[in-house]
Amino acid sequence: MGRYVARRLLQMIPVFIGTTLIIFLMVHVLPGDPIRAMWGDKAADPAQVASLRHEFGLDQPLWRQYIDYMVNLFQGDFGKTFGGRPVSEEMGMAFPVTLRLAAVALTIEIIVGIGLGAWAGLKAGRAVDTGVLIFTLIVISMPVFVLGYLARFIFADELGWLPPNVQNSMDVEQLLLPGFVLAMLSMAYVARLTRTTFAENLRADYMRTALAKGLPRRRIIGVHLLRNSLIPVITFLGTDVGALVGGAVVTEGIFNVQGVGNLLFNALGRREGSTIVGVVTVFVLVILLINLVVDLLYAVLDPRIRYA
Amino acid sequence: MRGAQSAKWVALAAVVALAATACGGGDSDSGSNDMNKGSADPNGILTAQLSEPQNPLQPANAKESQGSRVLKQIFAGLVDYEPGTGKLVYVNAESVTPNKDSSVWTVKLKPGWKFHNGETVTAKSYVDSWNWSANVSNNQTNSSWFQDIKGYQDVHPDKGKPKADKMSGLKVVNDNEFKIELNSSVSYFAYKLGYDVWAPLPTGFFKDPKGFGEKPVGNGPYKFVSWDHKKLIKVRKFDGYQGPNKAKNGGIDFKNYTTADAAYSDIRSNNLDWIEQVPTTALTNYKSDLGKRAIDEEYSAVQSVVPAFYTKQFKNIDPKVIQGLSMAIDRDTITKTVLHGSRTPADSYVARGVIGYKAGALKEQVTYDPAKAKALIKEGGGVPGNKISIQFNADQDHKPWVDAVCNSIRKATGVDCVGDSKPDFQADLNARDKHQVKSMYRGGWVLDYPVNSNFMRDLYGSKAAGNTSGYANKEFDSLAAKADKAATLDETVKLYQEAEQVLAKDMPAIPLWFYKVNSGQSNKVLGKIPYGQDGDPIFTDVQVKKK
Repeated sequence: MGRYVARRLLQMIPVFIGTTLIIFLMVHVLPGDPIRAMWGDKAADPAQVASLRHEFGLDQPLWRQYIDYMVNLFQGDFGKTFGGRPVSEEMGMAFPVTLRLAAVALTIEIIVGIGLGAWAGLKAGRAVDTGVLIFTLIVISMPVFVLGYLARFIFADELGWLPPNVQNSMDVEQLLLPGFVLAMLSMAYVARLTRTTFAENLRADYMRTALAKGLPRRRIIGVHLLRNSLIPVITFLGTDVGALVGGAVVTEGIFNVQGVGNLLFNALGRREGSTIVGVVTVFVLVILLINLVVDLLYAVLDPRIRYA
Repeated sequence: MRGAQSAKWVALAAVVALAATACGGGDSDSGSNDMNKGSADPNGILTAQLSEPQNPLQPANAKESQGSRVLKQIFAGLVDYEPGTGKLVYVNAESVTPNKDSSVWTVKLKPGWKFHNGETVTAKSYVDSWNWSANVSNNQTNSSWFQDIKGYQDVHPDKGKPKADKMSGLKVVNDNEFKIELNSSVSYFAYKLGYDVWAPLPTGFFKDPKGFGEKPVGNGPYKFVSWDHKKLIKVRKFDGYQGPNKAKNGGIDFKNYTTADAAYSDIRSNNLDWIEQVPTTALTNYKSDLGKRAIDEEYSAVQSVVPAFYTKQFKNIDPKVIQGLSMAIDRDTITKTVLHGSRTPADSYVARGVIGYKAGALKEQVTYDPAKAKALIKEGGGVPGNKISIQFNADQDHKPWVDAVCNSIRKATGVDCVGDSKPDFQADLNARDKHQVKSMYRGGWVLDYPVNSNFMRDLYGSKAAGNTSGYANKEFDSLAAKADKAATLDETVKLYQEAEQVLAKDMPAIPLWFYKVNSGQSNKVLGKIPYGQDGDPIFTDVQVKKK
């Protein structure tokens, strides 16, 4: 197990270097000079453009910029924004917000998704099952922004239960609505996945054995069935955390959440390489680590799985 | 089961329908709220929309509107403009007077003005500020504004390090007087002085410019309180302010919004007192949503379509062809329908509200006349290739009107026209700078200072930095040079009006329409929010209702 973890951690190094290099190249391939664009429609001042390009190291050859960036990165320096603020500070403000939002979404996903799926799976083929099926179908087929505006319209503008916009991105109560919207899509998948494995495992041999042993129903479903059915769901949730962290761009935009999605979106608009590469670097790390955790969780859930 | 399912659908539809009707009812109520009722609270706090300023809050570093909006509250410059007429108003200056040929200007300050930290505002506060801001190594994006001043080349050479840290043209006479010597005559130089970059700076600034950018100390009607990044910027009334534009409210909270939609939903629910611009999706219904609280104001900016004169297509074009294309555009209909009344058709190169704007400077050229348009294009030898394209950036809402303009041209003249979309503004600028525009591109100009020269010399002068189309006309250049050297402002303005007629013949661009602010205010504001020519509210004049 220890060796497995060590090997997996070592594998992250080339993946990390590869992804940062690709992002770095991609940012630089995009047309348009970020410094020139600060002047917009108006005429730029060539001397000032040159001076600013020098300040941000954009006058160096690309390979040099990349090496400089990596060297600084290993010293914990993510560079600075065009406004002169350290990128690490910007990320330090954005990531806690997005992680909070993702946590809210994930909690809703787990509770509602697995709950709905289990309910439908236990009553497979009956009205409840069909109801859940239709509900999830509707949710899956609806784009996030439609869902977002609809949710805000109904719950905030009309019913007045929740504030329409997030004023304080660190307040979990204000994050409920965006978290709910963010969770909706994956929640539908979780529900469907859970429903199917539940329905399948209901007919499995160990279920019959447990039943024959005379175990109470709560224990059969709560321990035997649930634990065995969760493996595919956990895999999905694992990959989904990455998607939640990265995919919050639309939701964050609609609900005025000052998270990573917004940071990335604005940085892209400004071609602010340092911020883009920095954010994506952290994304890559988060996703790599979560995948590792998911793989390790398999072994916990299913003792038959062993890592050497 | 079938029945149960369809019942569900019906229920869902009912919820949506109910919600929709409830919305209509609720909004018209809030619209009828009388905004002139009640009395003003001199200490009431206003909330306004803002996105995160891109740069630290240094006066010469605010190229974008967001930082500039805050700086304008914290700093008071030498002069300002009277809204509507654009006439010069003295703020911190007692007088700004030129010599005979407008090449040396004497500025006298109103004595006794203080910065928010108690320091006195002197001539030196101005001169030091300008010298620092113009210096190329301090990386202020607006430093080129100082280029008229003698010695600018020394602190801001085209290449390499600055040779001096002071401009020779600036001389302090005494605490309340200084002289500005210019490279050549500029008769409207005083008008340029209203821009943010000319603000004075306290001595503390030069010790730590970066730290100052986070916590600016100014001399304006409001003093800076706090900047909670990406959330809130607070400014409060400065009681010691002596200028003519004293704040009529207690202060402003600039709240951060990521999208226009988010801000709009807050103004509807009165959580916010002012928004920048209603989102495009709400343009059709914002007036019924907000009722009297809706704001619909023209400001001094113009949008046009510009032929790229370096292309084969337009290199030696007969201006008649461009005139024909211009006449093939049905501005009235497009502004009313596609743009939902958010623009007004342009009738000159210079935006309304600017000194020297002449109503109807362009007459025929902007009148929709398909028959004449067709005839003119034919007379001029036709459009090479019989096809044009209009380049625009797709990250803003330009596609609808570009399509409409193209449709109009196609229908009227038979010349094929398509939109040439670039993914974002950066890519669009890139193509313009590198002279890679295939046929025509979208151009826009918001005023820097309210004199007609700003809309002509800076765009169509053959050596102007803002001229990206490759247009050049010696007659125009010499008229502009003559105008800049004229003895009085009136003369300058007149000569530029003559120059505009040269442009009318040449058609270096097809003016389309003037911009409007489509915005809204909450029911906590007393009366209508007054606007300046740059499309921003005059915050000092906004009154908050007593609760």
